[in-house]
Amino acid sequence: MKKFSYLSVLVLFLIAVTSSIAWADEGAIDTGDNAWILASAALVLLMTPGLCLFYGGICSVKNVVNMLMMVFICIAIISVQWILWGYSLSFSGGNWFIGDLSKVGLMGVTPASVSGTIPEYTFMIFQCMFAVITPALVLGAVEGRMKFGAALLFVPLFATFVYNPICHWQWGGGWMGNWGVLDFAGGLVVHVCCGAGALTLAVMLGPRKRENVRPPCNLPMVLCGTGLLWFGWFGFNGGSQLAADGNAALAFTVTNEAAATATFVWMVCEYFHKGKATLLGALTGAIAGLATITPASGYVGPLGAIQIGIMAGVGCYFAVEKLKPAFGFDDALDVVGVHAIGGTIGTFAAGLYATELVTGAGGAHGFFIGWDMAGLAQLGKQCVGIVATWGYTVAVCIIIGYIVKATVGLRTTDEQEDKGLDIMLHGEVGYHLELEPVSNIKASY
Amino acid sequence: MKKIEAIFRNEKLGAVKETLKSVGVAGMTVTEVRGHGTQKGITEVYRGKAFSVDLISKIKVEVVAEDKDVKKVTDTIVDAARTGSIGDGKIFVTGVEDIIRIRTGEKGEKAV
Repeated sequence: MKKFSYLSVLVLFLIAVTSSIAWADEGAIDTGDNAWILASAALVLLMTPGLCLFYGGICSVKNVVNMLMMVFICIAIISVQWILWGYSLSFSGGNWFIGDLSKVGLMGVTPASVSGTIPEYTFMIFQCMFAVITPALVLGAVEGRMKFGAALLFVPLFATFVYNPICHWQWGGGWMGNWGVLDFAGGLVVHVCCGAGALTLAVMLGPRKRENVRPPCNLPMVLCGTGLLWFGWFGFNGGSQLAADGNAALAFTVTNEAAATATFVWMVCEYFHKGKATLLGALTGAIAGLATITPASGYVGPLGAIQIGIMAGVGCYFAVEKLKPAFGFDDALDVVGVHAIGGTIGTFAAGLYATELVTGAGGAHGFFIGWDMAGLAQLGKQCVGIVATWGYTVAVCIIIGYIVKATVGLRTTDEQEDKGLDIMLHGEVGYHLELEPVSNIKASY
Repeated sequence: MKKIEAIFRNEKLGAVKETLKSVGVAGMTVTEVRGHGTQKGITEVYRGKAFSVDLISKIKVEVVAEDKDVKKVTDTIVDAARTGSIGDGKIFVTGVEDIIRIRTGEKGEKAV
């Protein structure tokens, strides 16, 4: 009798003790969430080479290598900038405007550090890929006339003084996120930011000479890029849920619906406006849809997504067709029309279509859902976020532009622009498809 | 000996080759060229930007024939390449001073 009760007291004691131990690491981490967000980080990384192909195929054949190079090198530059100070400035402590330097060099972050239900390392590397692609998107506007050194200097300055603050404002504990502006995956932080930067750079660089505006060199390559971007965008939006749950699946779904709708709508707009349905139009429509749904992807339902896709197809189509010729800026690859306008439309649309069916009871909802003061107030917040992002980005990019101009210089020479940046800046040619003897090229070694 | 240079529509190359073979023309040189006479160009449109292409892609065939065969060859080419629309092309007949077969060194009419 005595042995039995002694044993049961011991067992009870052990149960009491072990149940009160906080298995901090294992309890907090959801392995499913971690797996999905790590996979999403890889998907978002893939979007940058996808962007290379998308942009490169639309370039003139004499500038394709330069465009591929500028976009690709962002992976190299920002991957390091992010670890050294970008992540810290964006996501650690700080104030309403910017984070602090407490996580410089990822100091204090260990494999055991947790962010929500995933390791902090997972969150950090996922966010890194967003920081990589944003400056890469900007460079599409500058085809054919930007010095390579200027691009190399612009990218880290843009990342540090434009992207890191705006990222902090919305997702890192800054004023926009705290106040209640809705931007699920980067309508403001990525698309408006890169588009406004692209507009500023395009204006400061000035336009290409008329005869250097050429047709796209490789439309099949543009399609490859579009496919990779669409694929990667599932990680961009789906991963922004930071969990492998139903909301992530919904974000994944609405991303697809908006892209599909915008593709078709752009094609229809172009057919009625210009008389032909073009492949480049359909592909651009897809990207417009993807960019536009981005800020709303975690807050709207599928029917909202289809409506947003229509807004993207129509809005971005006419932005590309009318805005550029009206104002006369040479945004070579339509970064403004697609990303700046798409991000603006999508952020605004989040204030129209956000629904408590997605954000949860008492969560944010948009004006078209509910038709009440709360929805209108949300719409107002979206507008403030849009204006703030546009204004800050343009202002700081003007300053960066002047810094680059004064140090390295911004624009290439006439001869470089005429002969093509590939051969003049990189000593390379994109395609050697000619018969070897005919081209008479000899290796010298 | 004469050289016959015929510039005509791309899609007529097959027909021209066939009929030249049937009248006994053994050799020819084919080049892709661009140009125009009175034919209007085409317009390519990319994202709202229109590019006018006024040098149109054509095929040039060069053959050499003895003087007595020139009319037969040019008639053959005209029949094969004609569509009746602007842009059918032109044939130029020029004199040839000498012909040399590289493999054997034969000259003149023997090398045709």
